[in-house]
Amino acid sequence: MFAAAPINLKNREIQQRFQWLFGVMLIFLIIPVVVILGMLLIKGWPAMSWSFIFDDPKNGMTAGGIFPALFGTIWLVIVSLLASVPLGVAAAIYLSEYAPDNMLTRLINLATINLAGVPSIVHALFGVGAFVSFFKFGTSILAASLTLAIMTLPVVIVSSWESLQSVPRSFREACWNMGATRWQTIWNVVLPNAFTGILTGVILQVSRAAGETAPIMFTGAAMFLPFLPNSVFDQTMALALHLFVVATQVPDVPESLPFGVALVLVGIVLLMNTVAIWIRMHLRGKKKW
Amino acid sequence: MVTNHKIDVQDLTIAYGTHRILRHVTLNVRANEIFGIIGPANSGKTSFLNAINRMDMMRVNMNVTGTITIDGIDTRNWRNVYALRRKIGVVFPLPVGLPLTVYDNVALAPRLAGTAGSQADLDILVERCLRRAALWDEVKDRLHHLGSLLSGGQQQRLTIARALSQSPEILMLDEFSIAVDPVTTMRIEDVLKELKSEMTIILVTNLVQQANRLADRTAFFLNGDCVEIGETADLFNGVARDQRTLDYIGGKFG
Repeated sequence: MFAAAPINLKNREIQQRFQWLFGVMLIFLIIPVVVILGMLLIKGWPAMSWSFIFDDPKNGMTAGGIFPALFGTIWLVIVSLLASVPLGVAAAIYLSEYAPDNMLTRLINLATINLAGVPSIVHALFGVGAFVSFFKFGTSILAASLTLAIMTLPVVIVSSWESLQSVPRSFREACWNMGATRWQTIWNVVLPNAFTGILTGVILQVSRAAGETAPIMFTGAAMFLPFLPNSVFDQTMALALHLFVVATQVPDVPESLPFGVALVLVGIVLLMNTVAIWIRMHLRGKKKW
Repeated sequence: MVTNHKIDVQDLTIAYGTHRILRHVTLNVRANEIFGIIGPANSGKTSFLNAINRMDMMRVNMNVTGTITIDGIDTRNWRNVYALRRKIGVVFPLPVGLPLTVYDNVALAPRLAGTAGSQADLDILVERCLRRAALWDEVKDRLHHLGSLLSGGQQQRLTIARALSQSPEILMLDEFSIAVDPVTTMRIEDVLKELKSEMTIILVTNLVQQANRLADRTAFFLNGDCVEIGETADLFNGVARDQRTLDYIGGKFG
């Protein structure tokens, strides 16, 4: 009854060829990452020390540490998150759970996705016009953070929306049938299950906000400040801009300094991504359906 | 006029957009009976249940015309639709074990409704609901494990316990036995027979024999029409008026 099917050698050959092709592509994908990290480590590591991280720049930024820039980046990221996360998650909840499926909603979705593709320098100009001039925040942490928030907002919305949509509709139905209101359903059942996804999206945006230079250059980041910011209305230094400055604008900088700055910046980004992955794995263990 | 009708449905028509899924259904469900609804897929059985607890509000293009009254009050005039839904427990074809613990699954509805009371009260309520759903003995040692990790049959009994948690006056079951093994099905059927004294049960099933075993009266839905309503015993003893009912019950189609 069961005759051995003839092995189709041609198919097998094609399969092997594609396997090989994809393997090679994977290697090409990994090479840049490894090279960049390796270069940063080799060239930047000599600059690493506690004083590099916790001291002020000295001698016209050719020596000393990067603390004001690191401090400023943390400020910028936190303030921008405070603006973009509540707004973005709220918008995503509205779009996913409340909005009727009509032209307006589709238009909003389209606008959100397109906004995510706007170059960051355009966001910077918007920030100058809106926050620095119109709202009169001046060049300040607040203006720069809000510009970063505008930049990250679309992606926060889209990733939160996707996490909300990934919660099975049957959960909502079950909850509604119990007599729960829409909001009770969202708060008790939808959000807890979408939480990891939303968090991952947010953390990925942290790394993006920490690394962007253009949006903060005209809105609140200074090349060099002799003091730390006291409030959100002060200007601040920031890692990304500091890297740009020491790499291109200041003469006689020892080679290890810009690489050291870059290493710290990439370190922060990788750390945040690792945290995102860790949280994801940790929480997914508890989530099964 | 005094009737013992729990639910009165008059000229109910349900459409999704322009596509009518249920046409001009008029029927009533008596208090404390098990009212069976049989019929093949796409007969409008599930939509009928959705119309009763006003889930059409949550669906964009579901249009319901006609009147449904519960205890003589039009469901459309019910000011607090959430209170209406709390009076009606629903069990779905596939068990929806919310990713909460067994305990929280059952306690969710009272907590949301604000009727949970003290922890001790809630403990008693959860135990009572689980016992009535014939699940207590199997889960009493793992109340704080995830409900969605239980087996399919256990999860379905968990959803029944959840549906009972607000002491509903009406229990609607939508093909509850699809994902449940025969032994568990029989256990749940026994549970339903006991619950009948306390509540009105609407049992949608595509197992004709299940309707025969449980239902006091049975309606036969076919392609959006309510072909026949009658005492279950009559229908299954060949007293159906409509040939299609006899054919369906006799297993000639469907």
